[in-house]
Parts: sequence; C-alpha cells; structure tokens
Amino acid sequence: MEPHGKSYWAIHYLLLGAFVIFALFPLFWLLKVSITPNDLLYSEGVRLWPSRATADHYASVIAHSQFPLFFRNSVIVATSTALFSTLFAAAAGYGFSRFQFRGKYWIVGLMLITQMFPLVMIIAPIFRLLKPLGLTNSLTGLVIVYTAFNVPFASILMQSFFDAIPKDLEEAAMLDGANRFAAFRKIIVPLTLPGLAATLGFVFTAAWSELLFALMLNSSSAASTFPVGLLAFVSKFSVDFGQMMAAGVLALLPVCMFFVFIQRYLVQGLTAGAVKG
Amino acid sequence: MSWRRVLLAAEPYLYTLPSVLLICIIMLVPLLIGLTYAFHDVRLLDPSSGDFVGLEHFRELNADPAFWNALRNTVTWTAASVTLQFGLGLVLALLLNRLFPGRAVIQLLVFLPWAIPSFLSGLNWAWLFNPVVGPLPYWLKALGVLAAADNLLSHPRHALWGPIIANVWWGIPFFAITLLAALQSIPADIYEAAAIDGAGPWIRFRRITLPFLAPTMAITILLRTVWIANFADLIVIMTKGGPADSTQILASYIFTQAFQRLDFGYASAVATVLLALLLAYAMALMVLRAALTRRG
Repeated sequence: MEPHGKSYWAIHYLLLGAFVIFALFPLFWLLKVSITPNDLLYSEGVRLWPSRATADHYASVIAHSQFPLFFRNSVIVATSTALFSTLFAAAAGYGFSRFQFRGKYWIVGLMLITQMFPLVMIIAPIFRLLKPLGLTNSLTGLVIVYTAFNVPFASILMQSFFDAIPKDLEEAAMLDGANRFAAFRKIIVPLTLPGLAATLGFVFTAAWSELLFALMLNSSSAASTFPVGLLAFVSKFSVDFGQMMAAGVLALLPVCMFFVFIQRYLVQGLTAGAVKG
Repeated sequence: MSWRRVLLAAEPYLYTLPSVLLICIIMLVPLLIGLTYAFHDVRLLDPSSGDFVGLEHFRELNADPAFWNALRNTVTWTAASVTLQFGLGLVLALLLNRLFPGRAVIQLLVFLPWAIPSFLSGLNWAWLFNPVVGPLPYWLKALGVLAAADNLLSHPRHALWGPIIANVWWGIPFFAITLLAALQSIPADIYEAAAIDGAGPWIRFRRITLPFLAPTMAITILLRTVWIANFADLIVIMTKGGPADSTQILASYIFTQAFQRLDFGYASAVATVLLALLLAYAMALMVLRAALTRRG
C-alpha cells in the first residue's frame, strides 16, 4: 500500500487512542473505586485517582463475605464445563473433519440452529426437567447445561483446527501399521494441542460469564456462582460500592488471564462460532 | 459383513453421538416442551395449573401493552446496538489493518472488552451511570445531554440508551475481529494495481474493500442481529426492564415472566412469538439475498 503522510498517521493514532480510552475507561474506573477509601468516595467522586489508596475493600470481600465460596463454585463449574465440552467437541469435530457420512449435513445444521434460538426460551422447561432429578441448586446441573450450550460452538471450532492438519499425516502413519486410534493419539493430538487449549479458554470464559441460567437454576447461596453472588450482593448492599467493585475486579482476573492466552485464536474462534458472544 | 466393517461404518457416528445426544436432551427437548407450555397454563408454584388453554396466552399477549412496548424496544435495542457495533467495529478494523509500531499491544487493549463477562459489563456501566460513584452523569450534564446530573438509567425516555452503550462497548471487538480477518484476506496486489491506475483511497475503498467485505458483513450482521435480539443479560442487570418497563425487550420480558412471576406458560408464549419473528427475519433476508444474487 502507498505510504501515508504525517497528517494521516496523526489522525490514525488519534482515532486508535479514542478506541483504547473507550475500551479501558470502564475497567479503569472499576479499579479506581475498588481502591478508594470509603471516606473519600463521595468527596472525591469524579477525581480520576483518589488521593489515598486502600486495599481494605479487597480484604473485607475476601475475609467477611461469601465471595470466596462463589469464586470456588465458579471455578469448579467453568473448569468442568470447559473440560467436558472440549472432550465432546474434540470427538465431534474430528468426526466432521475426517469423515463424510450420512446425516452429517443435518447434524451440523442442528448445531448451527441451537446457536440461533433464544436460550431464554428453554429456561422454564430446563428448570422443570432438572428439578425432579435434584439437579437444581447443584453445580452438577449447571455443568451439564453449560456443556450442552457450549458443545455446538466448540465442535465447529475444533473442526476448523482439525481441518488445518493435513490428512496425509495420519494416512501415512496408518500405512505404517498404526491403527486409526494410534494415529490419532500420536499425530493428531499433539498437533491440535493449541486448538484444544483455545477451545478450553473460550468455553471457560463463556461458562464463567453465564448469568441467567445460574440465576434461575441455583437460588441457594451454597451453589451460587460468582455472577449470581455478585448480583445478590448488589441488590442487598447496594451502598457498599468499594466492596462491590473489589469483588468485580476479582471476578475479572481469571477471564483476563484466559484472554491474554486465547487472543491469538480470537479470529478463528469468532469465525467458527460467529454467533457466540 | 464382518464386525470390522460395521465398526468402520459406525465410526463417525460414535464420534458425534455424545454431542448430539447432549444437545437433543438439554436443548431440543426443552425447546419442544417450551413450545407446548405456550398452549398450557403452567405456573410454577400453582399445583392446580397445567391445563390446556389453547390460544389463550396469545390472546392475552395481543392485549398486553407491556408486550407491544417490549417488541418496539427490541427493535430499537437491536437496530441501535448492531448499527453502532458494526460501524465502530469497521472503523477499528480498518485502522488495525495497517502495519504500525505498537499494533499488537493496541489490538490486545481494544479487544479486551470482549472478554469481560456480560454481567460485569452491565454492572460496570450501571455504576458509571450512577451519580454517586460514576462520572458519566456529570459529563452528560456538561455536554447538555441531561438537564441535571441524574442517572440516565432512571430516565424513562432515555434509559434504553444505557444498556445500548454497554452493549456497543462490549460488542465492537466482535465485529472488528471478524472484519479484520476478512480485510487481511484481500490480496495486496489488487490495491497496488488500482493505485497504479490512479484510483484514490475512497475509490479503492468502494470498489475493492467493500465488495470483498460484503459477504462477511452480511453474515455477521445477520447472525449478530439474531443474537442481540435474544441477549437479555445487560438489561436484566442494568435496569431490570425499568423504569416502568421503558427498557424491557422481549428477551428480558420472557426472563422476568419466568423468573419473577414464575408464569412459565406466558413466558413461553412470548418466547414462541420471538422465535417466530426471528425465523421470519432470517427467511426474509435469505429470500432477499437469493433475489439479489439472481439479479447480479
């Protein structure tokens, strides 16, 4: 492309600067209020940085609230969902990528349709279905539901990773006497490791963020995930902004870690699951 | 036929069966049950409910001003969110589609909102709009948007813009990422040839970039529209549909009916209407697309 003049680049960086500020400002404000001491919160309301910083809000969130329990519940739910979804999706994605079979078109179509309909539509039936099985107010119930929600997107994502591996590699191994499973284990699995990791990251992030089903299915605080706990906290103690935002920052940590790790695969992930947030 | 051949023929099904079963049990069966709820009186805490009521819910819905209000809000919410996300996402993608120092870091920072859980995006923006701890009311007053430094979310006339702004903030990266991927697949020599022929930047954008991006734009906008029309989280968190239902969209109305009023029958009837509308929208677009390709 032709070189641009100085004035072009000035506008270029100015616009990008505006995007960066828009993207980061809300998170910056979250952090700012979470470290502002209570006595300064109102007097220094719109200052960009408090004159004094404190870690008190974090300390009381960790020591005197149920957030550690909610955090633990969310870690259990998001990790199990990520593991199960990726396992199921790896198998299905491998099937889609390596075989032509009767009904494949319909199965892929089924997976795409599940991404289109309003999930709120099944919130009531799922509740009625899981309640008699003892799967409401239970982390297991959430893991089952979330796994089902994430499998379609994860399968299509995994298929794109398998498609990128040349078929010749396993065929050569099978000619050398390895059966398909051995070829899968020795050649495909190592080559798909980055893809598996990216899928784990995407599903973890999605399961960590889910709110509405967690709210409907798990009302007891013993089985609350972080979003449900935070929302209950907000409606009960809506004056303690410092603590709420400290809890918010804590909820951000795991997803930010995963984001730095999966952002290289964002393009592939969003193209595969184009409907997925 | 030997066992080996049966096994070979069954192999792809063995790989896909677990996923298909799970999706059918957890998503399709409840979807079908949900459709039958729309024609039954299903209230969670009322053991005497469960009767077949035919089209009663739909008659009720037709006379329900809250439903029509939610339908209008759904259109505003979806159209405004998609337009702004797409427009800003396209600008961002064009800016990032250049080589310049610091691009990797800037890209990481501007895409970060995508990773923020929706409940936290909602809470975060609700706090920013709150005059007690947030700066936005003062800035909006200084800009003349608000007469006093109040919470935008409690203004019946403008409250819907709160969740829309949160949604735009959260959704720009999605469009930017998909459009950036499409931009990077355009061969550079086409631009060079056009530049040699004397085409200026605007002509090149209209004649090369836009036609190349058009298929990606069409599919992402279609899918995103459906997704956003169904996306209730931000509204449930930021305004719960209020004040006075002024921010209620169909998806959040369904959730409120099911979660707060425990009226699963009525919630399912509204959901059925939403599903039908979205299907009609998708079909209309496909017909339109077929007509356009035939003409082209």
